[in-house]
Amino acid sequence: MTVLELQRIGHSFFGRKVLDAISLSVGAGEIVALVGPSGSGKSTIAHIAAGVVDAREGRVVRRYHRHTMVFQDPRLMPWATARDNIGFPLRLAGVRRGGRDGAIRAAALRAGLLPEDLDKYPSELSGGMRQRTAIARALVTDPDFIYFDEPFTALDVALKRRMQDLVIKAAASAHFAALFITHDLSEAIRISHRILVLDANGRGIAGARILPGAPGSRDDAAVFALRQRFLTEDPLFARIHDIDERLRP
Amino acid sequence: MRPVSSALDRLSRFGRFLWSGWAGLAGLALIAALWQAGHEAYGDFILPAPLDTLIAGWRLLHDGSAVELLALTTRRALAGFALCAVIGTAAGVAAGYSPATLRLSRPVLTVLMGVPPIAWIVLAMIWFGASDRTVAMTILVSTTPVVFIGAVEGVTTRDRGIEDMARVFGAGPIRRFTHVAARQISTQLFPALILALGSSFKVAIMAELLANAGGIGGALARARAMLDIAEAMAWVGLAVAALIVVEYVLIRPLRSELERWRDAAAPWGVKR
Repeated sequence: MTVLELQRIGHSFFGRKVLDAISLSVGAGEIVALVGPSGSGKSTIAHIAAGVVDAREGRVVRRYHRHTMVFQDPRLMPWATARDNIGFPLRLAGVRRGGRDGAIRAAALRAGLLPEDLDKYPSELSGGMRQRTAIARALVTDPDFIYFDEPFTALDVALKRRMQDLVIKAAASAHFAALFITHDLSEAIRISHRILVLDANGRGIAGARILPGAPGSRDDAAVFALRQRFLTEDPLFARIHDIDERLRP
Repeated sequence: MRPVSSALDRLSRFGRFLWSGWAGLAGLALIAALWQAGHEAYGDFILPAPLDTLIAGWRLLHDGSAVELLALTTRRALAGFALCAVIGTAAGVAAGYSPATLRLSRPVLTVLMGVPPIAWIVLAMIWFGASDRTVAMTILVSTTPVVFIGAVEGVTTRDRGIEDMARVFGAGPIRRFTHVAARQISTQLFPALILALGSSFKVAIMAELLANAGGIGGALARARAMLDIAEAMAWVGLAVAALIVVEYVLIRPLRSELERWRDAAAPWGVKR
């Protein structure tokens, strides 16, 4: 069963077409990684699918109940403690203050936050802790779909791995589907069931590769071997590291 | 557990605030020392001693009539301030969200700010006579631009990323405003409001003096006519004291309650 379907999505910024005829679908409980060169419009696709940006053309069909998102920057509210930031979706959902605590604590635990961190403000947290808070916020309402918009780009390599493991574990236990935007092919291979490659010019999806086994079952050697194979033998990934940021806003 | 810890947090912030009073007291003592030096250099007539002024102020307060005059001026200043806060904030927020309105209001603002408050007092006296309305209107016209600009800045410099986040998590336009934008606007708005409150008092006294509308301004005019310098200084001191009381009783607690996170982000040396 597909829970998210994009049908021939097109979008333009200031009259210049950045996306055209993007069609993709995500099944229930499936993690789909969307890779492509920098500036090819990957983030815009996620924002259109999540309803932050309205597409100029095409249709978005959402069959899940509740979605959340982890952004590239944590996007925490600086005036609220970690607890209130994590509880924000619950507050929007109309859960009373007293009823939020259990869910907040559980989500924080899953994201690897300690109870004593919950009363700190974002300015008192490190970059990794802030992203953990953002992940906890995305998990707190038990969504069945999560958008990840290059969430770990700003983190160092070790922290990035920890965060990826966290997402893999959370996905396995909570069975949410996800669209994971990234430009890091290794990250895509570690985390997803299926990789979609966006055309370098945003003209449709260039192709898809289904990965063997479940996310988290692939060890480092397997990830590395797969990455090498994709980059050297697979023509689909030939242009994935092309960068010309001047061409796009 | 949490109410207790938040009460403790509040108590510790209050204690720190009281402790910071020493620094304020030291600053005041410095002013008093310079004042005393000026008094000794120029004599009683030009600059009465700070102690004499203090005694004159104390006498005025115990007279009974001073309290009434202070209350009158404070009431006028606060009425004008409330009016300018409401109008300035509402108009500023509206203009911040509507670029066309903002473009239209910029020249209006320049004109409003270019007219000296004295001119407004003269006009208001002609329109309303020597009444509360003269004072209120002068305050309104001279302080609203500051609040307006603060509100506009708050709207235009807000972090839209957080609003997008709220949108993803299901907040409609109204809740995006009340839950996210309003908090961001307030951080720019509060300094403007504090500034406006200060000038409300100053403008109120000036308007009272020129329009002969009673209050502290009227008392100042009388002290000047009778060449009672100590009393004039005492009135100035009382006006400043009234402003300080209003600012620290009304505005600061509200601000520190809303901006606890700033306190958390402040470097150690600023905090203590």
